[in-house]
Amino acid sequence: MDDYLRLEGIRKSFGSFQALRDIDLTVARGEFVCFLGPSGCGKTTLLRIIAGLETQTGGRIMQGERDISLLPPAKRDYGIVFQSYALFPNLSVADNVSYGLVNRRDSKASIAARVDELLKLVGLPGSDAKFPAQLSGGQQQRIALARALATAPGLLLLDEPLSALDALERVRLRQEIRSLQQKLGVTTIMVTHDQEEALSVADRIVVMNQGVIEQVGTPLEIYRDPATPFVADFVGKINVLSGRLHPGRDLRIGSSRFACERDTDQEREVKVYLRPEDVLARPIAAGDPNVFDGSIDKIEFLGSYCLVRVHAESIGTEPLTVYLSLNYLAEQGLSVGSRLPFKVLPERMRFF
Amino acid sequence: MSAVLPLPAERAVRQRSHWTDRVAHAALLAIVAALVVFLALPLATILAKAMQDSDEHFVGLANFASYLRTPALLQSFVNSVWVSLLVTAVAVPMAFCFAYALARSCIPAKGVFRTIALIPLLAPTLLSAISLIYWFGNQGVARGVIQALGFKNIYGAPGVVLAECFYVFPHALMILVSALALADARLYEAARALGTSRRRTFFTITLPGAKYGLISAALVSFTLVMTDFGIPKVIGGDFNMLATDVFKLVIGQQDFQRGAVVGLLLLTPAVLTFGVDWLVQRKQTAMLSARAIPYSPSPSRGFDGLMLSYACLVSALMLAMLGMAIFASLATYWPYNLTPTLKHYVLGLVDAEVGPAFVSSFQLAAGTAFFGTIVVFTGAYMLEKTRGMDALRPVVRMLSMLPMAVPGLVLGLGYIFFFNAPGNPLSGLYQTMPLLIVCTIVHFYTTGHLTAVTALKALDAEFEAVSASLKVPFFTTFRRVTLPICTPTLVDIARYFFVNAMTTISAVVFLYSPETKTASIAILRLDEAGEAGAAAACCILITAASTVATLIFMALGAWIGRRTQAWRRPMRS
Repeated sequence: MDDYLRLEGIRKSFGSFQALRDIDLTVARGEFVCFLGPSGCGKTTLLRIIAGLETQTGGRIMQGERDISLLPPAKRDYGIVFQSYALFPNLSVADNVSYGLVNRRDSKASIAARVDELLKLVGLPGSDAKFPAQLSGGQQQRIALARALATAPGLLLLDEPLSALDALERVRLRQEIRSLQQKLGVTTIMVTHDQEEALSVADRIVVMNQGVIEQVGTPLEIYRDPATPFVADFVGKINVLSGRLHPGRDLRIGSSRFACERDTDQEREVKVYLRPEDVLARPIAAGDPNVFDGSIDKIEFLGSYCLVRVHAESIGTEPLTVYLSLNYLAEQGLSVGSRLPFKVLPERMRFF
Repeated sequence: MSAVLPLPAERAVRQRSHWTDRVAHAALLAIVAALVVFLALPLATILAKAMQDSDEHFVGLANFASYLRTPALLQSFVNSVWVSLLVTAVAVPMAFCFAYALARSCIPAKGVFRTIALIPLLAPTLLSAISLIYWFGNQGVARGVIQALGFKNIYGAPGVVLAECFYVFPHALMILVSALALADARLYEAARALGTSRRRTFFTITLPGAKYGLISAALVSFTLVMTDFGIPKVIGGDFNMLATDVFKLVIGQQDFQRGAVVGLLLLTPAVLTFGVDWLVQRKQTAMLSARAIPYSPSPSRGFDGLMLSYACLVSALMLAMLGMAIFASLATYWPYNLTPTLKHYVLGLVDAEVGPAFVSSFQLAAGTAFFGTIVVFTGAYMLEKTRGMDALRPVVRMLSMLPMAVPGLVLGLGYIFFFNAPGNPLSGLYQTMPLLIVCTIVHFYTTGHLTAVTALKALDAEFEAVSASLKVPFFTTFRRVTLPICTPTLVDIARYFFVNAMTTISAVVFLYSPETKTASIAILRLDEAGEAGAAAACCILITAASTVATLIFMALGAWIGRRTQAWRRPMRS
């Protein structure tokens, strides 16, 4: 895959506040990238810099072979969709979608054909005469998407496009956006603070925090192999245990010892990160290593499965959270106070 | 060897401007230039004049010192202050009760009461003064009342205070109605659920909620009275106030230096207002969250009855003012022959050249409404919706707010000093209709500006960003989207400009020539000439013209609304 967008040392400061520090990033042609991070991490600022709506304090942006660092928005090549839809309320759906086409002096017939095509593409054929206020939020965002795609831009920028929608609509539209993007092959950058959204649609996720990139990787890499404690904490649910790493690849948590891949010269404190799904209640065979006996001190009912908090003296003072199916709890007659044997997978542990 | 090289100083990265951005920058610069020439420089000239002697040598604060040594002038200052305080103390509580009746009771015909109470806005300020003379003057129908109250006659302080109360009442009322209209029903429900008495609810919820409105209303009243010229001129007699002093000093005695000093004194209430406003705004938190449930009053016989009688009383007083002016304008020879006649209208319009003055007034109002709306809206749009020139924007913002702080009289004074100066290349404008129009636009700029900004801020902030991404220049979006959405606002701004230009006296009184004399000025001249009947007739004509104009603007607004705002009405499914 060839590179389409390249950010080199992008910096942005507002007065003495550094919103972005030395951001380097390459996006391949046709790739779907998500900027993920908590509010205030700089993800929206970075998107707006790519769009030319903010000017970076320093650094370079290359789109294709073109240096666009200093170009005004109108000279760049992108379509953009905002959280607020930003549809022109006084124009019909057709006029909204064709807003950028009319300016290119295309013929009326070709514009009408293009509008029809785009409305079909976003699943709203025949809505051309309506006004935005007559559509639901999700429908309005689809129109905004059609408007952004009308001029066939090389880059699609989505600024939290789903945040204003209700939960069901959000899940539906994100899948539509993903399949649309794959069909058109348009390079896409989406800003979101919702990790589930990022995990489900992105080719690659850029996790950002306090103006720096914490990690860039595929959803699986980000989830399975977080590069920093921040990424581990921010993406997905995770258990944090305090341990000590001894020379000789010897990790100790509580009174237990685990073999690990990393070695150390000097004994030191570490934080051990372990996903709930890497703590297993079954199958446990007799003689399995790393099995502990804990007691359940809280069960949080979440529908088909439950978050179960267990406490085992031998693996430190912090409790561990485990996913258990409702059926399993019923089968075993487990409730608060019951004993629960569980197995941990030391190869899945990450520590920092 | 590794020498530590100083890092090259980083050059601030600047985006290249698109040519459309440069169009916007040029427009913004033009607005700034206009505001500097027609607002900042005239005001600066007053300041300069106040520190010069008559040969234009710098004398520092000598003029101020000489002012303070002149007891007669100092007395005017004292008079202005106590009259303004007294009027504020009377009119604001009265307006509060009226607003309370409108917003928090179940009295019938609220629209009628509201309209009646707002009548003074459509009339020249002089109308109440002229009416009072007919009611309580030396030949007034009820002059005995004034004497019974222990005053010698209505001329002087009593007349000024009464007339000013009528003048400021609707201004205070508008602020207080909006302050009281915004109430969260949940607070009142919570109070009732806790068994709170009506009185305690009033003092713990209603009054604190309207606190900001009350302070604003008081400041507005004080400033309006302090700087009003027409009323003290007509009914003040030999009771001197700052506003009449300025006129006497500048026009009568050609004492520009001391006139400038008094002009600066007239700016003090505005400075005070800005200070207090700043303090209060800092503490003001949004009382009304998005989730608030609007309060709607429930009927209560005793309370509603009380409120209804009060509303009737105030409305009767308002109508008595207007009615007396109408009646007097139709009386053949007050007070001896009260047979109805149109001779004052004929006399006024034909013989006393009020006819041409009316044409001037209309030109002024139409010009102000037309050009003012364009300038104000363009300025607000360039300020709020375009990019670049970030250093200039706070300057535009400040200059746009400044007119609110400048009384018309002071602005007019600045215009004389600035445009009448021999060396000024713009002096050809002096006393022409274009300058009158410009002056009136500047005088009422801030309200129009704030209205436009509020409307623009309600639009999605990303319209311009979306347009740029679609390679559509901002002026196309302005024409296709912004303007159509904002037409109701434009009509509002135009109406505001028109009515105010129709009734204004303070700024234009310094700037008119015989050819550009407006109808409101003509009233002053008629009154000075003892033609009270014709003056009253002229007041009525102006009031009628403003009323008709308001109705036309409202009809226009409704018509435009039907034609262009179809998108606001959700389709019934």
